[in-house]
Amino acid sequence: MNSGNHSHRLEVAGLSVAYANGHLALHGASFHLAGGAICALVGVNGSGKSTLFRSIMGFVTPQSGSVTIDGMPVRAALKRNLVAYVPQAEEVDWQFPVSVWDVAMMGRYGAMNFMRIPRAVDKVKVEESLRRVSMWEFKDRQIGELSGGQKKRVFLARALAQGGRIILLDEPFTGVDVKTEEAIIVLLRELRAAGCIILVSTHNLGSVPEFCDQVVLINRTVLAYGPTADVFTEQNLAAAFGGVLRQFQFDQSTIQNHDGRAVRILTDDERPLIFGKDGHLEYKDREEHEELLRQRSEEHD
Amino acid sequence: MSFLLDPFQSVVMRDAFVIGVFVASMCAILSCFLVLKGWSLMGDAVSHAVLPGIVLAYIVGIPLGIGAFASGLICAVSTGFIKQNSRIKEDTVMGVVFTGMFAFGLVLFSRTPSEMHLDHILVGNILGITASQFWQTLGMGSLILIVTLILRRDLLLICFDPGQARVMALPDRFLNYLLLGLLSLAIVVSLQVVGIILVVAMLVTPGSIAHLWTDRFDKMLQIAVASATGSTVIGIFISYHIDASTGACIVLAQALGFVGSLIFAPKYGLITKRKGLRPGI
Repeated sequence: MNSGNHSHRLEVAGLSVAYANGHLALHGASFHLAGGAICALVGVNGSGKSTLFRSIMGFVTPQSGSVTIDGMPVRAALKRNLVAYVPQAEEVDWQFPVSVWDVAMMGRYGAMNFMRIPRAVDKVKVEESLRRVSMWEFKDRQIGELSGGQKKRVFLARALAQGGRIILLDEPFTGVDVKTEEAIIVLLRELRAAGCIILVSTHNLGSVPEFCDQVVLINRTVLAYGPTADVFTEQNLAAAFGGVLRQFQFDQSTIQNHDGRAVRILTDDERPLIFGKDGHLEYKDREEHEELLRQRSEEHD
Repeated sequence: MSFLLDPFQSVVMRDAFVIGVFVASMCAILSCFLVLKGWSLMGDAVSHAVLPGIVLAYIVGIPLGIGAFASGLICAVSTGFIKQNSRIKEDTVMGVVFTGMFAFGLVLFSRTPSEMHLDHILVGNILGITASQFWQTLGMGSLILIVTLILRRDLLLICFDPGQARVMALPDRFLNYLLLGLLSLAIVVSLQVVGIILVVAMLVTPGSIAHLWTDRFDKMLQIAVASATGSTVIGIFISYHIDASTGACIVLAQALGFVGSLIFAPKYGLITKRKGLRPGI
Protein backbone atom coordinates (compact mmCIF):
# COMPACT_ATOMS: atom_id res chain seq x y z
CA MET A 1 0.00 0.00 0.00
CA ASN A 2 1.03 3.59 -0.58
CA SER A 3 2.17 4.81 2.80
CA GLY A 4 4.17 1.69 3.58
CA ASN A 5 4.80 0.91 7.21
CA HIS A 6 3.87 4.31 8.53
CA SER A 7 2.18 3.37 11.76
CA HIS A 8 -1.38 4.52 12.34
CA ARG A 9 -3.00 5.18 15.68
CA LEU A 10 -6.58 5.00 16.84
CA GLU A 11 -7.31 6.43 20.25
CA VAL A 12 -10.66 6.36 22.01
CA ALA A 13 -10.57 8.31 25.28
CA GLY A 14 -13.38 8.44 27.84
CA LEU A 15 -16.01 8.18 25.10
CA SER A 16 -19.63 8.61 26.21
CA VAL A 17 -22.45 8.61 23.71
CA ALA A 18 -26.12 9.24 24.44
CA TYR A 19 -28.89 9.14 21.84
CA ALA A 20 -31.71 11.66 21.49
CA ASN A 21 -34.12 9.35 23.34
CA GLY A 22 -31.81 9.54 26.36
CA HIS A 23 -30.36 6.06 25.94
CA LEU A 24 -26.74 6.03 27.12
CA ALA A 25 -25.07 3.71 24.63
CA LEU A 26 -21.46 4.09 25.77
CA HIS A 27 -19.98 5.41 28.95
CA GLY A 28 -16.33 6.31 29.47
CA ALA A 29 -15.00 3.89 26.86
CA SER A 30 -11.24 4.05 26.38
CA PHE A 31 -8.73 2.04 24.37
CA HIS A 32 -6.01 2.60 21.84
CA LEU A 33 -4.61 0.69 18.93
CA ALA A 34 -1.44 1.06 16.92
CA GLY A 35 -1.14 -0.22 13.36
CA GLY A 36 -0.83 -2.74 12.04
CA ALA A 37 -3.40 -4.60 13.95
CA ILE A 38 -6.45 -6.76 13.42
CA CYS A 39 -8.66 -6.09 16.39
CA ALA A 40 -11.91 -7.86 17.24
CA LEU A 41 -14.67 -5.84 18.83
CA VAL A 42 -16.61 -8.30 20.93
CA GLY A 43 -19.77 -7.85 22.97
CA VAL A 44 -23.45 -8.77 23.20
CA ASN A 45 -26.11 -7.10 21.08
CA GLY A 46 -26.76 -3.62 22.44
CA SER A 47 -23.35 -3.48 24.12
CA GLY A 48 -22.42 -0.40 22.09
CA LYS A 49 -20.38 -2.05 19.31
CA SER A 50 -22.20 -0.27 16.54
CA THR A 51 -22.22 2.98 18.52
CA LEU A 52 -18.45 2.72 18.79
CA PHE A 53 -18.25 2.11 15.03
CA ARG A 54 -20.52 5.06 14.41
CA SER A 55 -18.34 7.25 16.61
CA ILE A 56 -15.20 6.29 14.72
CA MET A 57 -17.01 7.02 11.43
CA GLY A 58 -18.15 10.41 12.75
CA PHE A 59 -21.88 9.55 12.59
CA VAL A 60 -22.55 10.42 16.22
CA THR A 61 -21.27 13.30 18.30
CA PRO A 62 -19.95 12.11 21.65
CA GLN A 63 -21.41 13.60 24.80
CA SER A 64 -17.93 13.58 26.28
CA GLY A 65 -14.57 12.07 25.50
CA SER A 66 -13.00 11.84 22.08
CA VAL A 67 -11.92 9.67 19.18
CA THR A 68 -8.64 10.60 17.52
CA ILE A 69 -7.04 9.03 14.48
CA ASP A 70 -3.34 9.65 13.97
CA GLY A 71 -3.72 12.47 16.49
CA MET A 72 -6.50 14.14 14.48
CA PRO A 73 -10.17 14.49 15.36
CA VAL A 74 -12.42 12.14 13.36
CA ARG A 75 -13.66 14.90 11.04
CA ALA A 76 -10.14 15.70 9.86
CA ALA A 77 -9.27 12.01 9.44
CA LEU A 78 -12.39 11.48 7.31
CA LYS A 79 -11.38 14.40 5.06
CA ARG A 80 -8.08 12.59 4.45
CA ASN A 81 -10.02 9.43 3.50
CA LEU A 82 -8.32 7.52 6.30
CA VAL A 83 -11.42 5.64 7.43
CA ALA A 84 -13.11 2.99 5.30
CA TYR A 85 -15.94 0.69 6.25
CA VAL A 86 -17.47 -2.52 4.99
CA PRO A 87 -21.18 -2.65 5.82
CA GLN A 88 -23.14 -5.69 6.96
CA ALA A 89 -24.85 -7.51 4.13
CA GLU A 90 -28.30 -6.71 5.58
CA GLU A 91 -27.66 -2.97 5.36
CA VAL A 92 -27.22 -3.04 1.59
CA ASP A 93 -30.02 -2.85 -0.99
CA TRP A 94 -28.88 -5.62 -3.34
CA GLN A 95 -31.55 -4.71 -5.93
CA PHE A 96 -29.81 -1.39 -6.49
CA PRO A 97 -28.91 -0.82 -10.16
CA VAL A 98 -25.14 -0.61 -9.68
CA SER A 99 -22.39 -2.93 -10.88
CA VAL A 100 -19.40 -4.30 -9.02
CA TRP A 101 -17.27 -1.69 -10.79
CA ASP A 102 -19.66 1.12 -9.74
CA VAL A 103 -19.48 0.14 -6.07
CA ALA A 104 -15.69 -0.03 -6.03
CA MET A 105 -15.58 3.34 -7.81
CA MET A 106 -17.66 4.88 -5.01
CA GLY A 107 -14.58 4.48 -2.83
CA ARG A 108 -12.82 7.02 -5.04
CA TYR A 109 -15.46 9.78 -4.81
CA GLY A 110 -13.66 11.49 -1.93
CA ALA A 111 -10.60 11.96 -4.13
CA MET A 112 -12.48 13.17 -7.24
CA ASN A 113 -13.81 16.61 -8.16
CA PHE A 114 -17.47 17.41 -7.49
CA MET A 115 -18.67 15.95 -10.82
CA ARG A 116 -17.20 12.56 -9.75
CA ILE A 117 -15.83 11.84 -13.20
CA PRO A 118 -13.24 9.07 -12.80
CA ARG A 119 -9.69 9.98 -13.80
CA ALA A 120 -7.16 7.44 -15.06
CA VAL A 121 -5.72 7.07 -11.56
CA ASP A 122 -9.16 6.24 -10.16
CA LYS A 123 -9.71 3.54 -12.75
CA VAL A 124 -6.29 2.05 -12.03
CA LYS A 125 -7.00 1.95 -8.29
CA VAL A 126 -10.40 0.35 -8.82
CA GLU A 127 -8.96 -2.30 -11.13
CA GLU A 128 -6.12 -3.03 -8.68
CA SER A 129 -8.57 -3.36 -5.80
CA LEU A 130 -10.97 -5.62 -7.70
CA ARG A 131 -8.13 -7.82 -8.84
CA ARG A 132 -6.81 -8.01 -5.29
CA VAL A 133 -10.08 -9.51 -4.06
CA SER A 134 -10.42 -11.65 -7.23
CA MET A 135 -13.55 -9.82 -8.36
CA TRP A 136 -12.20 -8.30 -11.59
CA GLU A 137 -13.95 -10.89 -13.77
CA PHE A 138 -17.24 -9.90 -12.15
CA LYS A 139 -16.84 -6.16 -12.62
CA ASP A 140 -19.92 -5.80 -14.84
CA ARG A 141 -22.25 -7.88 -12.66
CA GLN A 142 -25.12 -6.23 -10.88
CA ILE A 143 -24.36 -6.59 -7.17
CA GLY A 144 -27.44 -8.70 -6.45
CA GLU A 145 -26.17 -11.42 -8.78
CA LEU A 146 -23.26 -12.34 -6.53
CA SER A 147 -22.79 -14.96 -3.83
CA GLY A 148 -22.46 -13.92 -0.19
CA GLY A 149 -18.68 -14.11 -0.28
CA GLN A 150 -18.45 -12.17 -3.53
CA LYS A 151 -20.70 -9.45 -2.15
CA LYS A 152 -18.41 -9.03 0.82
CA ARG A 153 -15.35 -8.84 -1.42
CA VAL A 154 -16.88 -6.06 -3.52
CA PHE A 155 -17.18 -3.85 -0.48
CA LEU A 156 -13.69 -4.80 0.64
CA ALA A 157 -12.51 -3.69 -2.80
CA ARG A 158 -14.27 -0.38 -2.24
CA ALA A 159 -12.37 0.08 1.03
CA LEU A 160 -9.11 -0.77 -0.76
CA ALA A 161 -9.87 1.61 -3.62
CA GLN A 162 -10.55 4.32 -1.09
CA GLY A 163 -7.14 3.70 0.46
CA GLY A 164 -8.55 3.65 3.99
CA ARG A 165 -6.00 2.98 6.72
CA ILE A 166 -8.50 2.42 9.51
CA ILE A 167 -10.86 -0.22 8.16
CA LEU A 168 -14.08 -1.11 9.94
CA LEU A 169 -15.73 -4.45 9.17
CA ASP A 170 -19.13 -5.38 10.49
CA GLU A 171 -19.64 -9.16 10.75
CA PRO A 172 -17.31 -9.88 7.81
CA PHE A 173 -17.93 -13.61 7.68
CA THR A 174 -21.70 -13.82 7.89
CA GLY A 175 -23.01 -15.64 4.81
CA VAL A 176 -19.48 -16.13 3.51
CA ASP A 177 -18.12 -19.47 2.29
CA VAL A 178 -15.03 -20.95 3.92
CA LYS A 179 -12.80 -20.32 0.91
CA THR A 180 -13.71 -16.64 0.78
CA GLU A 181 -13.31 -16.37 4.53
CA GLU A 182 -9.76 -17.59 4.26
CA ALA A 183 -9.07 -15.27 1.33
CA ILE A 184 -10.41 -12.33 3.33
CA ILE A 185 -8.22 -13.25 6.30
CA VAL A 186 -5.16 -13.38 4.05
CA LEU A 187 -6.05 -9.93 2.71
CA LEU A 188 -6.56 -8.53 6.20
CA ARG A 189 -3.13 -9.83 7.22
CA GLU A 190 -1.58 -8.11 4.21
CA LEU A 191 -3.26 -4.88 5.23
CA ARG A 192 -2.01 -5.32 8.77
CA ALA A 193 1.50 -5.84 7.44
CA ALA A 194 1.08 -2.54 5.60
CA GLY A 195 0.32 -0.78 8.87
CA CYS A 196 -3.48 -0.61 8.69
CA ILE A 197 -5.72 -0.88 11.73
CA ILE A 198 -8.58 -3.27 11.05
CA LEU A 199 -11.43 -3.25 13.50
CA VAL A 200 -13.79 -6.22 13.20
CA SER A 201 -17.14 -6.31 14.93
CA THR A 202 -18.20 -9.92 15.31
CA HIS A 203 -20.37 -12.41 17.13
CA ASN A 204 -18.24 -15.22 15.86
CA LEU A 205 -16.17 -15.81 18.98
CA GLY A 206 -14.51 -18.91 17.60
CA SER A 207 -13.02 -17.05 14.66
CA VAL A 208 -11.46 -14.32 16.82
CA PRO A 209 -8.31 -16.17 17.92
CA GLU A 210 -7.86 -17.40 14.35
CA PHE A 211 -7.11 -14.02 12.84
CA CYS A 212 -7.30 -11.22 15.39
CA ASP A 213 -4.20 -10.26 17.33
CA GLN A 214 -6.02 -7.69 19.48
CA VAL A 215 -9.38 -7.75 21.20
CA VAL A 216 -11.59 -5.03 22.66
CA LEU A 217 -14.29 -6.42 24.95
CA ILE A 218 -17.23 -4.12 25.25
CA ASN A 219 -20.40 -3.84 27.29
CA ARG A 220 -21.59 -0.23 27.45
CA THR A 221 -17.94 0.56 28.14
CA VAL A 222 -14.60 -1.06 27.34
CA LEU A 223 -14.17 -3.95 29.77
CA ALA A 224 -10.75 -5.02 28.59
CA TYR A 225 -8.48 -4.57 25.60
CA GLY A 226 -5.12 -5.84 24.48
CA PRO A 227 -3.49 -8.86 22.82
CA THR A 228 -5.92 -11.70 22.15
CA ALA A 229 -4.15 -14.19 24.38
CA ASP A 230 -4.31 -11.82 27.37
CA VAL A 231 -7.82 -10.48 26.93
CA PHE A 232 -9.76 -13.34 25.42
CA THR A 233 -10.01 -15.29 28.64
CA GLU A 234 -12.90 -17.15 30.16
CA GLN A 235 -13.25 -14.66 33.02
CA ASN A 236 -13.28 -11.64 30.69
CA LEU A 237 -15.76 -13.24 28.32
CA ALA A 238 -18.00 -14.21 31.19
CA ALA A 239 -17.92 -10.56 32.31
CA ALA A 240 -18.69 -9.33 28.80
CA PHE A 241 -21.48 -11.76 28.08
CA GLY A 242 -22.92 -12.43 31.50
CA GLY A 243 -24.97 -15.58 31.25
CA VAL A 244 -26.00 -15.25 27.63
CA LEU A 245 -23.47 -17.62 26.10
CA ARG A 246 -24.27 -21.24 25.72
CA GLN A 247 -21.77 -23.29 27.63
CA PHE A 248 -21.01 -26.91 27.14
CA GLN A 249 -18.80 -28.25 29.82
CA PHE A 250 -17.58 -31.76 29.44
CA ASP A 251 -16.46 -32.39 33.03
CA GLN A 252 -18.73 -35.37 33.24
CA SER A 253 -18.44 -36.37 29.63
CA THR A 254 -16.74 -39.46 28.38
CA ILE A 255 -14.34 -37.28 26.39
CA GLN A 256 -12.10 -37.27 29.46
CA ASN A 257 -12.08 -41.02 29.59
CA HIS A 258 -10.86 -41.02 26.02
CA ASP A 259 -7.97 -38.64 26.33
CA GLY A 260 -8.04 -37.32 29.87
CA ARG A 261 -8.53 -33.69 28.87
CA ALA A 262 -11.20 -31.22 29.98
CA VAL A 263 -12.61 -28.99 27.28
CA ARG A 264 -14.94 -26.01 27.67
CA ILE A 265 -16.88 -24.53 24.81
CA LEU A 266 -18.37 -21.03 24.61
CA THR A 267 -20.59 -20.21 21.71
CA ASP A 268 -22.54 -17.21 20.54
CA ASP A 269 -22.71 -18.19 16.90
CA GLU A 270 -22.18 -21.05 14.53
CA ARG A 271 -18.55 -21.42 15.52
CA PRO A 272 -17.73 -22.23 19.13
CA LEU A 273 -14.88 -20.85 21.15
CA ILE A 274 -12.96 -23.56 22.90
CA PHE A 275 -10.94 -23.28 26.06
CA GLY A 276 -8.53 -26.03 27.03
CA LYS A 277 -7.82 -27.43 30.44
CA ASP A 278 -6.05 -24.47 32.02
CA GLY A 279 -8.34 -21.92 30.41
CA HIS A 280 -5.95 -21.38 27.50
CA LEU A 281 -7.44 -20.77 24.08
CA GLU A 282 -7.76 -23.64 21.69
CA TYR A 283 -7.09 -22.65 18.09
CA LYS A 284 -8.46 -24.35 15.04
CA ASP A 285 -4.92 -24.69 13.83
CA ARG A 286 -2.52 -24.17 16.69
CA GLU A 287 0.65 -24.41 14.60
CA GLU A 288 -0.58 -21.82 12.15
CA HIS A 289 -1.36 -19.47 15.02
CA GLU A 290 2.05 -19.89 16.59
CA GLU A 291 3.60 -19.29 13.20
CA LEU A 292 1.61 -16.02 12.98
CA LEU A 293 2.76 -14.94 16.45
CA ARG A 294 6.36 -15.69 15.50
CA GLN A 295 6.01 -13.72 12.25
CA ARG A 296 4.51 -10.81 14.10
CA SER A 297 7.26 -10.67 16.68
CA GLU A 298 9.75 -10.60 13.80
CA GLU A 299 7.82 -7.85 12.06
CA HIS A 300 7.99 -5.71 15.15
CA ASP A 301 11.73 -6.19 15.66
CA MET B 1 -53.45 11.11 -40.30
CA SER B 2 -55.74 13.86 -39.08
CA PHE B 3 -56.25 11.84 -35.93
CA LEU B 4 -52.57 12.34 -35.11
CA LEU B 5 -52.15 15.85 -36.49
CA ASP B 6 -55.34 17.51 -35.29
CA PRO B 7 -54.07 18.23 -31.78
CA PHE B 8 -51.11 20.14 -33.23
CA GLN B 9 -53.33 22.64 -35.03
CA SER B 10 -53.75 24.84 -31.96
CA VAL B 11 -51.01 26.75 -30.12
CA VAL B 12 -52.53 25.67 -26.82
CA MET B 13 -52.06 22.01 -27.65
CA ARG B 14 -48.53 22.52 -28.94
CA ASP B 15 -47.57 24.30 -25.71
CA ALA B 16 -49.19 21.51 -23.78
CA PHE B 17 -47.08 18.91 -25.58
CA VAL B 18 -43.86 20.84 -24.99
CA ILE B 19 -44.52 21.52 -21.31
CA GLY B 20 -45.95 18.05 -20.69
CA VAL B 21 -42.96 16.25 -22.15
CA PHE B 22 -40.52 18.56 -20.41
CA VAL B 23 -42.11 18.27 -16.97
CA ALA B 24 -42.57 14.51 -17.34
CA SER B 25 -38.88 14.08 -18.20
CA MET B 26 -37.77 16.19 -15.25
CA CYS B 27 -39.99 14.20 -12.88
CA ALA B 28 -38.77 10.95 -14.43
CA ILE B 29 -35.13 11.79 -13.64
CA LEU B 30 -36.00 12.60 -10.03
CA SER B 31 -38.22 9.53 -9.77
CA CYS B 32 -35.20 7.25 -10.22
CA PHE B 33 -33.64 8.68 -7.05
CA LEU B 34 -36.89 8.64 -5.09
CA VAL B 35 -37.66 5.03 -5.97
CA LEU B 36 -34.16 3.89 -5.03
CA LYS B 37 -34.10 5.88 -1.80
CA GLY B 38 -37.52 4.62 -0.78
CA TRP B 39 -39.00 8.12 -0.78
CA SER B 40 -42.17 7.45 -2.77
CA LEU B 41 -44.38 8.28 0.18
CA MET B 42 -42.30 11.39 0.76
CA GLY B 43 -43.23 12.57 -2.72
CA ASP B 44 -46.89 11.99 -1.95
CA ALA B 45 -46.61 13.82 1.38
CA VAL B 46 -44.76 16.84 0.05
CA SER B 47 -47.10 17.21 -2.91
CA HIS B 48 -50.15 17.45 -0.65
CA ALA B 49 -48.39 19.60 1.92
CA VAL B 50 -47.67 22.37 -0.60
CA LEU B 51 -51.32 23.46 -0.68
CA PRO B 52 -51.32 25.76 2.38
CA GLY B 53 -48.09 27.33 1.09
CA ILE B 54 -49.71 28.08 -2.25
CA VAL B 55 -52.76 29.68 -0.68
CA LEU B 56 -50.71 31.71 1.81
CA ALA B 57 -48.38 32.89 -0.97
CA TYR B 58 -51.46 33.99 -2.92
CA ILE B 59 -52.78 35.94 0.08
CA VAL B 60 -49.42 37.61 0.74
CA GLY B 61 -48.87 38.23 -2.95
CA ILE B 62 -45.55 36.46 -3.49
CA PRO B 63 -44.86 33.88 -6.24
CA LEU B 64 -46.86 30.73 -5.48
CA GLY B 65 -43.73 28.59 -6.02
CA ILE B 66 -41.98 30.11 -2.99
CA GLY B 67 -44.90 29.34 -0.70
CA ALA B 68 -45.21 25.82 -2.03
CA PHE B 69 -41.50 25.18 -1.65
CA ALA B 70 -41.46 26.44 1.95
CA SER B 71 -44.48 24.42 2.96
CA GLY B 72 -43.16 21.24 1.28
CA LEU B 73 -39.93 21.58 3.24
CA ILE B 74 -41.81 22.21 6.49
CA CYS B 75 -43.67 18.95 5.94
CA ALA B 76 -40.50 16.93 5.36
CA VAL B 77 -38.48 18.52 8.14
CA SER B 78 -41.24 18.34 10.75
CA THR B 79 -41.81 14.69 9.86
CA GLY B 80 -38.13 13.98 10.57
CA PHE B 81 -38.28 15.98 13.80
CA ILE B 82 -41.39 14.27 15.16
CA LYS B 83 -40.07 10.83 14.25
CA GLN B 84 -36.82 11.44 16.13
CA ASN B 85 -38.51 12.80 19.21
CA SER B 86 -41.43 10.43 19.62
CA ARG B 87 -42.16 6.74 19.51
CA ILE B 88 -44.31 6.99 16.38
CA LYS B 89 -42.97 5.41 13.18
CA GLU B 90 -42.02 7.58 10.23
CA ASP B 91 -44.74 6.57 7.76
CA THR B 92 -47.40 7.22 10.39
CA VAL B 93 -45.98 10.62 11.28
CA MET B 94 -45.86 11.49 7.60
CA GLY B 95 -49.47 10.42 7.10
CA VAL B 96 -50.62 12.67 9.94
CA VAL B 97 -48.47 15.66 8.95
CA PHE B 98 -49.29 15.78 5.26
CA THR B 99 -53.01 15.18 5.54
CA GLY B 100 -53.15 17.78 8.31
CA MET B 101 -51.35 20.33 6.16
CA PHE B 102 -53.49 19.48 3.14
CA ALA B 103 -56.67 19.95 5.18
CA PHE B 104 -55.33 23.26 6.50
CA GLY B 105 -54.70 24.32 2.90
CA LEU B 106 -58.26 23.37 1.90
CA VAL B 107 -59.73 25.37 4.80
CA LEU B 108 -57.55 28.37 3.96
CA PHE B 109 -58.56 28.09 0.33
CA SER B 110 -62.28 28.02 1.01
CA ARG B 111 -61.97 31.12 3.24
CA THR B 112 -59.94 33.06 0.66
CA PRO B 113 -61.75 34.83 -2.14
CA SER B 114 -59.71 34.23 -5.30
CA GLU B 115 -59.73 33.67 -9.02
CA MET B 116 -57.97 30.34 -8.57
CA HIS B 117 -59.84 27.16 -9.34
CA LEU B 118 -59.35 24.46 -6.77
CA ASP B 119 -59.61 21.69 -9.34
CA HIS B 120 -56.80 23.30 -11.39
CA ILE B 121 -54.55 23.01 -8.36
CA LEU B 122 -55.73 19.53 -7.52
CA VAL B 123 -55.64 17.92 -10.97
CA GLY B 124 -53.72 20.44 -13.09
CA ASN B 125 -54.68 22.45 -16.11
CA ILE B 126 -52.08 21.93 -18.80
CA LEU B 127 -54.29 23.44 -21.50
CA GLY B 128 -54.75 26.73 -19.63
CA ILE B 129 -51.07 27.56 -19.31
CA THR B 130 -50.14 31.25 -19.75
CA ALA B 131 -47.02 32.50 -21.55
CA SER B 132 -45.32 33.54 -18.30
CA GLN B 133 -46.12 30.20 -16.69
CA PHE B 134 -44.73 28.48 -19.77
CA TRP B 135 -41.35 30.19 -19.45
CA GLN B 136 -41.28 29.92 -15.66
CA THR B 137 -41.83 26.19 -15.92
CA LEU B 138 -39.07 25.78 -18.51
CA GLY B 139 -36.66 27.91 -16.47
CA MET B 140 -37.25 26.27 -13.10
CA GLY B 141 -37.37 22.81 -14.65
CA SER B 142 -34.04 23.33 -16.40
CA LEU B 143 -32.46 24.42 -13.13
CA ILE B 144 -33.72 21.26 -11.40
CA LEU B 145 -32.51 19.09 -14.27
CA ILE B 146 -29.04 20.63 -14.38
CA VAL B 147 -28.45 20.37 -10.61
CA THR B 148 -29.76 16.80 -10.48
CA LEU B 149 -27.72 15.57 -13.42
CA ILE B 150 -24.48 17.25 -12.34
CA LEU B 151 -24.73 15.86 -8.82
CA ARG B 152 -26.28 12.53 -9.83
CA ARG B 153 -23.41 10.39 -8.58
CA ASP B 154 -23.45 11.99 -5.14
CA LEU B 155 -27.23 11.80 -4.97
CA LEU B 156 -27.05 8.15 -5.98
CA LEU B 157 -24.46 7.47 -3.29
CA ILE B 158 -26.67 8.89 -0.52
CA CYS B 159 -29.50 6.69 -1.80
CA PHE B 160 -27.30 3.59 -1.90
CA ASP B 161 -24.99 3.95 1.08
CA PRO B 162 -25.15 7.19 3.08
CA GLY B 163 -22.52 5.75 5.44
CA GLN B 164 -19.94 5.67 2.66
CA ALA B 165 -20.69 9.31 1.84
CA ARG B 166 -20.15 10.15 5.50
CA VAL B 167 -16.82 8.34 5.91
CA MET B 168 -15.49 10.13 2.83
CA ALA B 169 -16.50 13.45 4.44
CA LEU B 170 -18.99 14.21 1.67
CA PRO B 171 -21.79 16.55 2.78
CA ASP B 172 -24.43 13.81 3.11
CA ARG B 173 -26.84 15.90 5.15
CA PHE B 174 -26.69 18.71 2.65
CA LEU B 175 -27.25 16.25 -0.19
CA ASN B 176 -30.30 14.84 1.59
CA TYR B 177 -31.84 18.29 1.95
CA LEU B 178 -30.85 19.10 -1.62
CA LEU B 179 -32.75 16.07 -2.89
CA LEU B 180 -35.70 17.10 -0.74
CA GLY B 181 -35.49 20.64 -2.10
CA LEU B 182 -35.32 19.40 -5.69
CA LEU B 183 -38.35 17.22 -5.00
CA SER B 184 -40.37 20.14 -3.58
CA LEU B 185 -39.41 22.38 -6.49
CA ALA B 186 -40.26 19.69 -9.02
CA ILE B 187 -43.70 19.31 -7.45
CA VAL B 188 -44.30 23.04 -7.70
CA VAL B 189 -43.20 23.07 -11.32
CA SER B 190 -45.41 20.09 -12.16
CA LEU B 191 -48.58 21.34 -10.47
CA GLN B 192 -49.73 23.14 -13.60
CA VAL B 193 -49.50 19.93 -15.60
CA VAL B 194 -50.93 17.22 -13.36
CA GLY B 195 -51.90 18.90 -10.10
CA ILE B 196 -51.25 18.05 -6.47
CA ILE B 197 -53.00 14.70 -6.37
CA LEU B 198 -51.41 13.10 -9.42
CA VAL B 199 -47.92 14.63 -9.39
CA VAL B 200 -46.67 11.83 -7.17
CA ALA B 201 -47.37 9.40 -10.00
CA MET B 202 -44.97 11.27 -12.27
CA LEU B 203 -42.40 11.23 -9.46
CA VAL B 204 -42.64 7.49 -8.85
CA THR B 205 -43.95 5.55 -11.84
CA PRO B 206 -41.23 6.20 -14.46
CA GLY B 207 -38.50 5.25 -11.97
CA SER B 208 -40.24 2.02 -11.04
CA ILE B 209 -40.83 1.14 -14.69
CA ALA B 210 -37.13 1.70 -15.42
CA HIS B 211 -36.07 -0.30 -12.38
CA LEU B 212 -37.91 -3.28 -13.83
CA TRP B 213 -36.02 -2.98 -17.11
CA THR B 214 -32.40 -2.45 -16.21
CA ASP B 215 -29.57 -3.05 -13.75
CA ARG B 216 -27.63 0.12 -14.64
CA PHE B 217 -28.41 3.51 -13.21
CA ASP B 218 -27.57 5.58 -16.30
CA LYS B 219 -29.80 3.33 -18.38
CA MET B 220 -32.48 3.59 -15.73
CA LEU B 221 -32.49 7.38 -16.20
CA GLN B 222 -32.89 6.98 -19.96
CA ILE B 223 -35.67 4.43 -19.73
CA ALA B 224 -37.50 6.53 -17.15
CA VAL B 225 -37.36 9.59 -19.39
CA ALA B 226 -38.42 7.59 -22.44
CA SER B 227 -41.39 6.00 -20.69
CA ALA B 228 -42.47 9.33 -19.19
CA THR B 229 -42.23 11.08 -22.54
CA GLY B 230 -44.15 8.32 -24.29
CA SER B 231 -46.93 8.27 -21.69
CA THR B 232 -47.25 12.04 -21.80
CA VAL B 233 -47.67 12.16 -25.57
CA ILE B 234 -50.12 9.26 -25.53
CA GLY B 235 -51.97 10.74 -22.56
CA ILE B 236 -52.41 14.14 -24.21
CA PHE B 237 -53.63 12.53 -27.45
CA ILE B 238 -56.18 10.44 -25.63
CA SER B 239 -57.40 13.33 -23.51
CA TYR B 240 -57.81 15.42 -26.69
CA HIS B 241 -59.89 12.81 -28.42
CA ILE B 242 -62.05 11.66 -25.52
CA ASP B 243 -62.17 15.09 -23.83
CA ALA B 244 -60.96 13.89 -20.46
CA SER B 245 -58.65 15.41 -17.82
CA THR B 246 -55.19 15.65 -19.42
CA GLY B 247 -53.24 15.06 -16.24
CA ALA B 248 -55.28 11.99 -15.42
CA CYS B 249 -54.79 10.57 -18.93
CA ILE B 250 -51.01 11.03 -18.67
CA VAL B 251 -50.87 9.29 -15.29
CA LEU B 252 -53.15 6.52 -16.55
CA ALA B 253 -50.83 5.93 -19.51
CA GLN B 254 -47.88 5.68 -17.11
CA ALA B 255 -49.73 3.25 -14.89
CA LEU B 256 -50.50 1.05 -17.90
CA GLY B 257 -46.82 1.26 -18.85
CA PHE B 258 -45.97 0.03 -15.38
CA VAL B 259 -48.36 -2.89 -15.58
CA GLY B 260 -46.94 -3.83 -18.98
CA SER B 261 -43.39 -3.67 -17.63
CA LEU B 262 -44.31 -5.67 -14.57
CA ILE B 263 -45.51 -8.46 -16.83
CA PHE B 264 -43.20 -8.27 -19.83
CA ALA B 265 -39.88 -6.81 -18.62
CA PRO B 266 -37.12 -9.07 -19.93
CA LYS B 267 -35.39 -9.95 -16.68
CA TYR B 268 -37.57 -8.91 -13.77
CA GLY B 269 -40.99 -9.27 -15.40
CA LEU B 270 -43.52 -11.75 -14.04
CA ILE B 271 -43.40 -13.95 -17.16
CA THR B 272 -39.64 -14.40 -17.01
CA LYS B 273 -39.75 -15.00 -13.28
CA ARG B 274 -42.59 -17.49 -13.59
CA LYS B 275 -40.67 -19.46 -16.18
CA GLY B 276 -37.64 -19.40 -13.94
CA LEU B 277 -35.63 -18.00 -16.81
CA ARG B 278 -33.97 -15.35 -14.69
CA PRO B 279 -30.24 -15.91 -15.02
CA GLY B 280 -28.86 -17.23 -11.75
CA ILE B 281 -25.58 -16.65 -10.03
